[in-house]
Order: sequence, then structure tokens, then C-alpha cells
Amino acid sequence: MTSILKKFPLNRKQWALMKVLISVSVIIIVILGGLFLDEGRIVTNLTNRNSPPSIDNLFGTDWLGRDMFTRTVMGLTLSIGVGLIGAIGSAFIALILGMAAATMGRTADRIISWLIDLFLSVPHLVTLILIAFTLGGGFKGIVIGLTLTHWPTLARLIRAEVMQIRSADFVQVSQRMGKPRWWIAVHHILPHIVPQFLIGFMLLFPHVILHEAAVTFIGLGLSPHEPAIGIILSESMKYLSSGMWWLAFFPGLCLLMIVRMFDSIGDNLRLLTDPNGNRD
Amino acid sequence: MQLEAKDIGFRYDDGPWLFRGVNLSVEPGEVVGITGPSGRGKTTLCRILSSYETPLEGTVTYNGAPIPKKGYHPVQMVLQHPEKAINPRWKMHKILHEGYHPDEELLALLGIEQEWLTRWPHELSGGEMQRFCVARALGQNTRFLIADEMTTMLDAITQAQIWHAVSEIAKKREMGIIVVTHEVKLMQRLCHRIIDFSG
Repeated sequence: MTSILKKFPLNRKQWALMKVLISVSVIIIVILGGLFLDEGRIVTNLTNRNSPPSIDNLFGTDWLGRDMFTRTVMGLTLSIGVGLIGAIGSAFIALILGMAAATMGRTADRIISWLIDLFLSVPHLVTLILIAFTLGGGFKGIVIGLTLTHWPTLARLIRAEVMQIRSADFVQVSQRMGKPRWWIAVHHILPHIVPQFLIGFMLLFPHVILHEAAVTFIGLGLSPHEPAIGIILSESMKYLSSGMWWLAFFPGLCLLMIVRMFDSIGDNLRLLTDPNGNRD
Repeated sequence: MQLEAKDIGFRYDDGPWLFRGVNLSVEPGEVVGITGPSGRGKTTLCRILSSYETPLEGTVTYNGAPIPKKGYHPVQMVLQHPEKAINPRWKMHKILHEGYHPDEELLALLGIEQEWLTRWPHELSGGEMQRFCVARALGQNTRFLIADEMTTMLDAITQAQIWHAVSEIAKKREMGIIVVTHEVKLMQRLCHRIIDFSG
């Protein structure tokens, strides 16, 4: 027991690891909850409408008697799912374009840099709304929109990283050994950018989730019968003036918490993988 | 089979000319030394000869023809700092076998021990790493070896061991060597002819 107590206060890296573990487990619980919660709890139940938070209904019920807690957890799961697909897609676009810009010669670099600047010069949300609207909204529209709008910052980061490694001595030696470009890219360059890539991916996640909720909120995203957080929030707007604060408060708070958790996972992973930060 | 540099001129960006009109030819089996004070372009000339840089003037030819850009380069260079010439995320055996598979005899000659092969680069000393760089550069298709301050940062015993191994192999394979060093004794022992860059 004393040995455990002695280990507190934890040092910076141990704290970072703790935070990552806590965030990851909360997110896993939310996802599992969303998958296994009883669908029966969100069936309309007109005898129990508009009830404020209680032991039975932690987050209260809505105007159709549906349990808000269950709806929130399911909405979060859906949002995390959409966020996951969007973030994976974006991260891969970023990886491919970043690598291509840095390894495929000057013309490719100019074109890709121009494309990055073009996408960065317009706010994400505007491009996202345009794309989602053009594709007719719905799951497909929002996922494609998210994928196509969130890659530029990560792509720029990867490009810079690759350029630095490309000029390293060991890469030049490898070229003299007759190794083709793609071989060098896969064996020398890729392993060096994996940490950057993973952290960038984790930091994309909260962005993607928030933007998904935002677009769904204004009605261009997921369809109304799906229990997404954006849908829940936009529907609850109508009832806020009648004093049913719990309809918007708890789902909004949960969304914020999940987003902050992904953020903290990304930040703390960066701290953990930073080779210059391990002095304590 | 000779390596020839004709009227080489080079400068970085818009800076002053580092050198112009440099001519050099090395025959197989010949050991040529390059000496001179710092900053006169010895390393740059080596980099040009092994195609790390392209000369702004003049040509480098091997067997009378320009060196092909693809495939194994017949002129291999060993750099001064082995820790930069090695991918820190690779284990030593992968680094050693990047170009070809050296035989046991070569490894023994250079004093590379089997147990080093399973280690990471940061688990070896500079001298041990440099042996790997030398072994890596001595592929079957290497016709000329450029040693740019190859042993400058090593102790005398390691230096002697590496040079002994390299000259033995060079003699056996009729390989040409270009040595850049500040150590007069070493140069006098090794080289057939010496080019001075101080003028």
C-alpha cells in the first residue's frame, strides 16, 4: 500500500498515460452502451412525457416520453461512428497527398500545396455544408463531406515532416544503393511519420464530430429518424422556451465531454511520444 | 574502368565558386588522397563524384560514360558521421543488408560481431556503427569507395583495423579508393598519390 502511495504524485508522463487510459475507457463504455442499450427505452411512452431528470430517467424524457439518457448515448455512438469514418478518410487523404507532395517532384508539390492552401482559405464548415448539400445530405453526404474537408492541416504537417526525412543522410545513401523511390518511401520515410500521423488522426476526431453535429443541427446532415446528437439538439430548441432545459443541456454536455476526451487523448499521446519530453 | 571528373565547377546557390576546372581521374586499384584546409570543397567534390550533388560545370564519367541515375551506384561513399547515415528506426541487420548480403569473412575482417546485428543503432558506439557503414558500402558492385573523413572520429586501434580491412578488400577486388583526411601519417601510408586542395 505504501509503495502505491509513494508513487503519487505521478510524473508528467504517467499523468498523460492515466488521462489517455481514462478517456479511452470512457469512450469505449459509451460505444458499448450505445450498441447494447435496450431499444425499448426509446419507444414513445405518452404516459411519461416531459418528465425532468430523475433516478429512472437520468436525463429526463422528451415530448414523446423517450428516455433522453438512452437517446444521448445512442446519439454519441452514432456521432463517434461518423467521426471515425470521416477522420480515417481524411487522415488517409492527408497521408497520401503529404507523401506525394514531398516525394513526387516539384510540380506535384506545387499542385498539392496550392490545393492545401485553397482548402485552408475557406472555413471547413462552409465547404462541408456545400458538399453535404450537393450530395443531398444524409449519411453518405455528411461522411463524404467530412472526409473531403478535414485533411489539409494534417497533409501540410506530413509534407513538412517527409521533406525533412527525405534529405537525411541515410535516405541519400539508400538512393545510391539503387533503391527505388517507392521502396524508400515505404521503408525509410513511412515509419518516421507514423507517430505524427496517429496524433494528427486523433486530433482530427473532435473536429469531425463537432462539424458533423453542426451540419446535422442545421438540417443538412443525418436524417431526423436517426438519434444523432445534432438532431437531438435541433429538435430540443423548440422546447427550450417551455422550460425543458434537460433536453438540450445533457446531450450538449456529453458531446462536449466526448470531444474534449478525444482532444486530450491526442494531446497526451503527443506528450508521450515526444522524444525530447522525457526528462522527468 | 576508370572514374573521371572533367572541368568540375560548383557553388552553392549564388555564392562564390567553391572550385572550378577540377580534373581528377582514378584508376581501379589506385588509392588517391585528398587533403587541404576546411571549407575548400573536399567534401563537395566527393559528393559530386558519388552523385549526391550534380556539378554546375563539367562531367563525371565512369568507363567513359555518365553514371546511370538508377540502380546500384558504382561509387559508394562512407560519410564522417555514421549516426546520421543510419536509419535510427532500423535494427542493425536490416541496415547492413540494405544493399546486399555481406559474407562472414567481410564481417570478421571489419570486426563486426554477430550479436550486434540484433541491436538498435543507439545501442552501438560510433566506431561500431562506422564498421557497419563501411561493410554496407563494400557491395560486390562497388568499383570505387570514397572515404570522406571516414575514421576521423575513431580511436587509433579501430582506425587501423578498418583501414586494414578496406585496403585488403580493395586489393583483392581491384577497387579504387579516394581518401579525404587531415591526418598526414595515414595518408602517406595509404595513398599512391595525393591531391592538395589548399591552392
